[in-house]
Amino acid sequence: AHIGVGISGQEGMQAVLSSDYSFAQFRFLQRLLLVHGRWSYLRMCKFLRYFFYKNFTFTFVHFWFAFFCGFSAQTVYDEWFITLYNLVYTALPVLGMSLFDQDVNDVWSFQQPQLYVPGQLNLYFSKKAFFKCALHSCYSSMVLFFIPYAAMHDTVRGDGKDVADYQSFALLTQTCLLFAVTIQLCLEMSYWTAVNTFFVLGSLVMYFAVTFTMYSNGMFLMSPSAFPFIGTARNSLNQPNIWLTILLTSILCVLPVVTYRFLFIQLCPTINDKIMFKVRQAKASPAPPPRRTRIRRTSSRRSGYAFSHAQGYGDLVTSGRFLRRPALSRSSGLTNAGRTTTGFSPMGRSAGYSPTGRPQNAKVSDVEVTSLQMYRTITDPSL
Amino acid sequence: MMASSYTAKEEDGHITVSGPGTLRSRKPENTAFKQQRLPAWQPILTAGTVLPAFFIIGLLFIPIGIGLFVTSNNIKEFEIDYTGVDASSPCFNCSQSFSWNSSQPCTCSIPFYLEQPYESNVYVYYGLSNFYQNHRRYVKSRDDSQLNGDPKSLMEPSKECEPYAFHEKKPIAPCGAIANSMFNDTLELFYNDPNGTKVQILLNTTGIAWWTDKHVKFGNPGGNSPNLTAAFQGTTKPINWRRPVFDLDADEGNNGFINEDFIVWMRTAALPTFRKLYRIINKKSGMVPTLPRGNYSLEVVYNYPVRSFEGRKRMILSTISWMGGKNPFLGIAYITVGSVCFFLGVVLLLIHHKCGNRNNNADISN
Repeated sequence: AHIGVGISGQEGMQAVLSSDYSFAQFRFLQRLLLVHGRWSYLRMCKFLRYFFYKNFTFTFVHFWFAFFCGFSAQTVYDEWFITLYNLVYTALPVLGMSLFDQDVNDVWSFQQPQLYVPGQLNLYFSKKAFFKCALHSCYSSMVLFFIPYAAMHDTVRGDGKDVADYQSFALLTQTCLLFAVTIQLCLEMSYWTAVNTFFVLGSLVMYFAVTFTMYSNGMFLMSPSAFPFIGTARNSLNQPNIWLTILLTSILCVLPVVTYRFLFIQLCPTINDKIMFKVRQAKASPAPPPRRTRIRRTSSRRSGYAFSHAQGYGDLVTSGRFLRRPALSRSSGLTNAGRTTTGFSPMGRSAGYSPTGRPQNAKVSDVEVTSLQMYRTITDPSL
Repeated sequence: MMASSYTAKEEDGHITVSGPGTLRSRKPENTAFKQQRLPAWQPILTAGTVLPAFFIIGLLFIPIGIGLFVTSNNIKEFEIDYTGVDASSPCFNCSQSFSWNSSQPCTCSIPFYLEQPYESNVYVYYGLSNFYQNHRRYVKSRDDSQLNGDPKSLMEPSKECEPYAFHEKKPIAPCGAIANSMFNDTLELFYNDPNGTKVQILLNTTGIAWWTDKHVKFGNPGGNSPNLTAAFQGTTKPINWRRPVFDLDADEGNNGFINEDFIVWMRTAALPTFRKLYRIINKKSGMVPTLPRGNYSLEVVYNYPVRSFEGRKRMILSTISWMGGKNPFLGIAYITVGSVCFFLGVVLLLIHHKCGNRNNNADISN
């Protein structure tokens, strides 16, 4: 078992104290598993896959650079970028994804319990998924190093001055990396709330803000050895060459992922894909609300005792005849599911029988009908 | 009364008692944020989004690639390797001497012919190969405070500069391995007139370094005082230099730490094959090409030994465009990626047509 669940109730709180999750009514278990458990698994797996991807990509680039720097362990990025990468530039977007992500909402999760199966089969994060993630990182890191390498090889700026220096190359590579991992995150996220969008765009803006601040004159004059990259952002990010390289690298990193996913959605869609597609279709043309058919209950909650000074309805109750529902024609489109007392017309022995002398069959038309809420699984033939 | 209404028990068992002494409800707030119902955009990869995206990217990248490739092809570039590896090369004799401080500078002259005239500004570069300016110990070996003109750092260079920080008990200015290995060949260009005279081509020594480098990052100690010899009192020149730092150029604005050749060298290159701007040949007024067709010669004062580490030296003459120097890679890459994208778009469109309806029709196996 993966979690322990306790129900708090009449038997005391011991189960609650020793369990991972606890609630008050047994029926909440359905929601715990099908909605929250499923979402939790989805978020955890997406988070892990993405986190490994972004850090492997970040690190493998150094592996490729090693061949060109004499294997001297020179970092290909600015040291400040290495410090702030996991702290500021990619922390909040990942957090947003792992807090808010959902593939389908809770109503659909209830209606389609088959969505729970991938969790049971451990499909989203397994050795195979990890290996695919590592392979993707390897490819991304190759693109992220070799495209800037080839674009900057023996090149100069538009005014003839240097652009292939170490600092400009570092800035180029780190910007390409950040764009590539951000776009990859955008592909992973399937639930874009305002908070998520703000985190993603805010982190990118933060990157440029921090970079320009650290490469500014003021910071350099405060501490020359800590901020040696002065002027790099201004002098290289105004070159169209650089931006074209960034665009090319980002697109090339993302292209195989999109192709692979689209192919799989077309050729062998998973349960998730099909249901997300249905959700989208349902949103486009909302289905009419389902007709509530009458629920035939086998037990009634109406038995009870009443005391009166007249003879009362005792033999009526024990005869059981009032449980037989008379067939009455109803108006179409009946929307309530509860039993209405207006439908009762006594027949047989109790017909005409009244302890108080009032006429029977008085249709009481203004009785409030209570309807029980019941959940039903709607079986969809097209799925 | 047959009516019996029945009250449902409260759905979740929370207790609220109205009146004095109200118990607080333990039910979580029913807000969109806490119940995870925030309004959101839920994109999925449908054919309606992916296929147009592929086609648009393809159609966008191919013209960009063609533009880049054509621009790169229109840049004129000429390169001479003057290391002197071959015995037949004019600089072969000069390359044999490996020492840094031979008293007699060695000169060699290489003739070359320019097929096409070069218009507009022509940039003269020196290029080095197999020179790892990106080695970690090399990159660290500098003192940016000293180069900025800080008087304390001038006398006490940082430990990163070791072992090029002190020489004969005096601090080295500028310290470090990067400064010590500064490129010190002198290149001059001569044009052989059709009627036989050799004309020296005017080479501009300023305007080759980044503005931020020259005016913010590098500064002479003692501010802008003209007497640099006094400002550098008590320091010694780097071991492999022939002249001290305050003697690099007669021009005051180009002397000391703010010498532009020095600044260009201190901007370490990212890759082992690189080029650095050496001089600029300004364009001539009128319709005269800056460098007409004809015979030229390159006069080298060969000071910089590279053969010990299998390095190569070259001189490059190049025109410039908005995308920089001659580099066809970006153009070719854009054309390739654009075509691949377009081709993938077509393939995916076919696949979508043939078997793209599985989302709608397939049954889910329970």
